[in-house]
Amino acid sequence: MPLTLSLREQPTVPLEAGGLTPDLLAGRPRGEIERLTVWEGNRRARLADFFTVSGDGDEDLRVDGDLGRVKFVGAGMTGGRLTIAGDAGMHTGAGMRGGELVVEGGVGDFAGTGMRGGRLVVRGSAGQQLGGAPPGERAGMRGGEILVHGDAGEQAGAGLRRGLIAVAGSVGDAVGLRMLAGTIVALGRLGAAPGADMRRGTIVAMSEVTPLPTFAFGCAYRPPFLRLYLRHLRALGLPVTDEQIEGRYGRWSGDSLELRRGEILILETT
Amino acid sequence: MRLSDTEVVDTFAEAFPMWGARILITAESPAWAHEAARSLTGFATSVIGCKCEAGIERELDPSETPDGRPGASALLFANDREGLAKRLVERVGQSVLTCPTTACFNGLDAEETVDVGGQLRFFGDGYQASKVLDGRRYWRVPVMEGEFLVEERFAVAEGVAGGNIIILGRDVAEALRAAEEAAAAMRAVRDVIMPFPGGIARSGSKVGSRYSGLMASTNEALCPTLRSQAPHTDVPPEIGSVFEIVIDGLTLEAVREAMARGLEAAAGAGASQVTAGNYGGNLGPHHIELRGLVPGLRD
Repeated sequence: MPLTLSLREQPTVPLEAGGLTPDLLAGRPRGEIERLTVWEGNRRARLADFFTVSGDGDEDLRVDGDLGRVKFVGAGMTGGRLTIAGDAGMHTGAGMRGGELVVEGGVGDFAGTGMRGGRLVVRGSAGQQLGGAPPGERAGMRGGEILVHGDAGEQAGAGLRRGLIAVAGSVGDAVGLRMLAGTIVALGRLGAAPGADMRRGTIVAMSEVTPLPTFAFGCAYRPPFLRLYLRHLRALGLPVTDEQIEGRYGRWSGDSLELRRGEILILETT
Repeated sequence: MRLSDTEVVDTFAEAFPMWGARILITAESPAWAHEAARSLTGFATSVIGCKCEAGIERELDPSETPDGRPGASALLFANDREGLAKRLVERVGQSVLTCPTTACFNGLDAEETVDVGGQLRFFGDGYQASKVLDGRRYWRVPVMEGEFLVEERFAVAEGVAGGNIIILGRDVAEALRAAEEAAAAMRAVRDVIMPFPGGIARSGSKVGSRYSGLMASTNEALCPTLRSQAPHTDVPPEIGSVFEIVIDGLTLEAVREAMARGLEAAAGAGASQVTAGNYGGNLGPHHIELRGLVPGLRD
């Protein structure tokens, strides 16, 4: 049985549990895990004050319960697999460098901010600033993959520098705001002002969208690289269709307020 | 030794190390993928005159390629890692980048890699862009047709070159028929190529020449027309024509397997004799004995 933490008491204020990563807990005795520090608001507490610990510490970690009020779950993890059998709060997977973090429910705002590697999978929906920049930093996510099976809020991929964000549902306004590079694939509907102030990188839109006036149409074609990405996403369980893989995409270059080296690829619908 | 009615000389093929790479080419149609692979592997029969040896390994079904399009797999060999890197850049640049609708990927899993797409990207003159997926970097090079996609790094590994069988017949028709059957059977083996035209060479060579500066010259001991003229001959009296099939492979096992299939097919097609070329065992570390190569061989 993998190491399992079960939330038995909802915190009255958000709980910060930055140490809940498989690589940090691997091999530790149960008593030591139970004594790990978590912060309930500004009050220092023990992990065991909120969680029941069972199983053995190995590369697999499972957390049961509604963690919607628990922040920084899986933040900074470098390896192993962490499964959250429910929702997770803000900053989930922030600064991840490796491993796989699977959230069976949804995640709060700022999930995957500053991520540098690994894979964050959200079976539900994500809040705002998915894969965005940590406070005070220009660059957002710098590597890795975020896959969201539900919807994503506003400013997903803001400041994205490298890596892949894919959302099966709808995406809020200003996706890819000020993005520097990297790839965002929106399989559902897209909000307003995608790619505003983007310098480089790619936003792929499968639904109709009106680019900002600072984007210019080039041509419609079949980008060879996109086949790799879409097949990759389909292999990971996202609902990518043959029409999307084989389709033609209109290429809009922008943002001309910046370098005009970015692109929005919009699937042509017949 | 005999295999069916074919005499098999109790000798060995002498093979030596050479660096190899596998190039996967995809395109909108099998025809264009094949066209690019044919161009990529053209004029690459022997390192002696072409700086590399190359051939099409096989056609690829869309389910086998990275982008799900029809493709072709080619192997390219050169004497050293640096030479192989140069040939890859030259040939992918001139033959695949230029070919309509193609993309080009590394098809080998090995630790050592060389930069290919990272060099070819400069053709984009600043408009190129890169994508990193699953730890592999790809370059998107804008071209007049649309976009050329090429993987940045290609794996290279030490392979085996110079595996061979030599097929002797009473006349050209008999020897060539046996050689064609042998080459066809060998093409079914993975990880190998036969770099000569149609897989068959009519001009097997020996090392050196009476003319200074020539690295190789005709192998007079196996030329039927010189049977009574050369100081030594290996051509039996009833033989009128000889062909050689050279095999380069990523592994010694694959080269051995190809030789075995070629030997069986040549014997089945009525070759008078099958032998193998070597340099007395002094040149290459791999000696592939014909004895024991196929189960039906008898003394």
